Amino acid sequence: MNEALVAILFWGVAWGTNGVLANRFPKSRLVRAIVPALFGVTLLVLWQGLVRGLEVSPVILPAPSDIATAIGANLPLLWGDFAQTILKGALAGYLIGCGAAVLVAIAVDRSPFLQRGLLPVGNFVAALPIVGIAPILVMWFGFDWQSKAAVVVVMVFFPVLVNMVAGLAATDALSRDLMATWSASYPQALLKLRLPAALPFLFNGLKIATTLALIGAIVAEFFGSPTRGMGFRISTAVGQLDLPLVWAEITVAALAGSGFYGLIAMIEKAATFWHPSQRGH
Amino acid sequence: MKSILPILSVLAAIVVLWYGGAVWLNSQWTYDQAARAGVEVSFSEMVVDTLRQDRPVLPAPHQVAVGLWQGVAGQAITSKRSLVFHAWVTFSATMAGFGLGTFAGILLAIGIVHSRAMDMSVMPWAIASQTIPILAIAPMVIVVLASLGIKGMVPKAIIAAYLSFFPVLVGMVKGLRAPDAMQLDLLRTYSASQAQGFWKLRLPASMPYLFASLKVGIAAALVGTIVAELPAGATQGLGARLLSGSYYGQTIQIWSALFGAAILAALLVLAVGVIERITLKAKGMAR
Repeated sequence: MNEALVAILFWGVAWGTNGVLANRFPKSRLVRAIVPALFGVTLLVLWQGLVRGLEVSPVILPAPSDIATAIGANLPLLWGDFAQTILKGALAGYLIGCGAAVLVAIAVDRSPFLQRGLLPVGNFVAALPIVGIAPILVMWFGFDWQSKAAVVVVMVFFPVLVNMVAGLAATDALSRDLMATWSASYPQALLKLRLPAALPFLFNGLKIATTLALIGAIVAEFFGSPTRGMGFRISTAVGQLDLPLVWAEITVAALAGSGFYGLIAMIEKAATFWHPSQRGH
Repeated sequence: MKSILPILSVLAAIVVLWYGGAVWLNSQWTYDQAARAGVEVSFSEMVVDTLRQDRPVLPAPHQVAVGLWQGVAGQAITSKRSLVFHAWVTFSATMAGFGLGTFAGILLAIGIVHSRAMDMSVMPWAIASQTIPILAIAPMVIVVLASLGIKGMVPKAIIAAYLSFFPVLVGMVKGLRAPDAMQLDLLRTYSASQAQGFWKLRLPASMPYLFASLKVGIAAALVGTIVAELPAGATQGLGARLLSGSYYGQTIQIWSALFGAAILAALLVLAVGVIERITLKAKGMAR
């Protein structure tokens, strides 16, 4: 019981500190970083204290320290799963899917007819539970990473396509007329005006697609995989009730997801530095 | 109405491509069978055969349509082979989770808008958590809860709730902040209390944002429920239908379940859209 009481006490103190900090110095950048960090630490302490104090079985919920131990003890295993799922499956599929979507968007862009037809269909498909296609693609492409990449391709294609088509249409008539007065050819106008103008939209789609790519790659492994990979490890470790290992995989997946997203956001910042949404701060 | 023709032609192109793919992918099996039987098949015979196999690699559109029709209308609704039955199982878990997630999301958003400490603590984590592939963990949650003796609809609803929670939270915070300083000042000159400001200004102003995120949330809840039905052991629901189809190589069953899920998703988003239109009209915000 003691640990639980300490944790609850810590929670109270941290909450009070956060309240004071947030109301005293709402503009300070340091406080803006400290407050969420303190909140995160509080959650971990509360988790640790309650699990230990109330003697929750590790089969139900392992304490953060158990998870950290599992991560430390299984580093090579986790790296192997990470390489199989994220580097091979998700990344390959992400690159192929996004590349194909951008090319199709540029091809479609020349025909307003196709655009009007493809946009509603794409929007509709983007809202569907596409992840359900995983068993079919695993059947077609086998158990290795190729089938995972195929699932990822299908999942990321439509959100990126819809955003890219909208982006290519985002230039205003004035800029297009300007290009026409300079007698710019189609490739010139595409390269110098419409592609840069489409970038903010494209990156929006690319950021949505990062999470989808990881989900597709991991879920596809539940339908069959070689004896490595994050989805495989999660489902087998759950079967053995090795919950610390499961949570270690989840931690890796969470870090990979945020890292992937952060990477795309950084590229976006560098590529669209001129856009108002990036200049604000 | 101008875009009906383009949409139809895109759909027609998809169907044509699909038939082509079905012939191409299924021809191997036809040729193998013919070689085994020692007969030559002409091209037209091959095409006909690829479109009516029992377990095709890729079922042709009309096979899926027949499978879907038999699943919906060919069975008693209570039968285990009825798609309506499975769709109902999935739908009820989705709605339970969606309701719970939306309620929690709105509640937390109200807290965040009224407490700066909560805003600064919770919001960065709420946004960061959207980059995490939560869906991939869903089957694990199911198995753990099952080992605790919690089975059936509740674990699926928990996952659906979790997935619809964050879009609603983020959208609702944005919406409750939508009134500008001038409107807030006006309410202050009326000496309105905080509760009055909430009910009369902030809540109505947040409706467009709420509905935009409800559409995202309900689609996410449905996907979450379907993935939650995937772990072995589930026998009911569209996800279980997908899984049993993939175990037994019943491709037509997989595709019918997939299309059933797609139709369900479309209906749910459509329903939210209708409620949105009615609400916005009642609030005088219809565009």
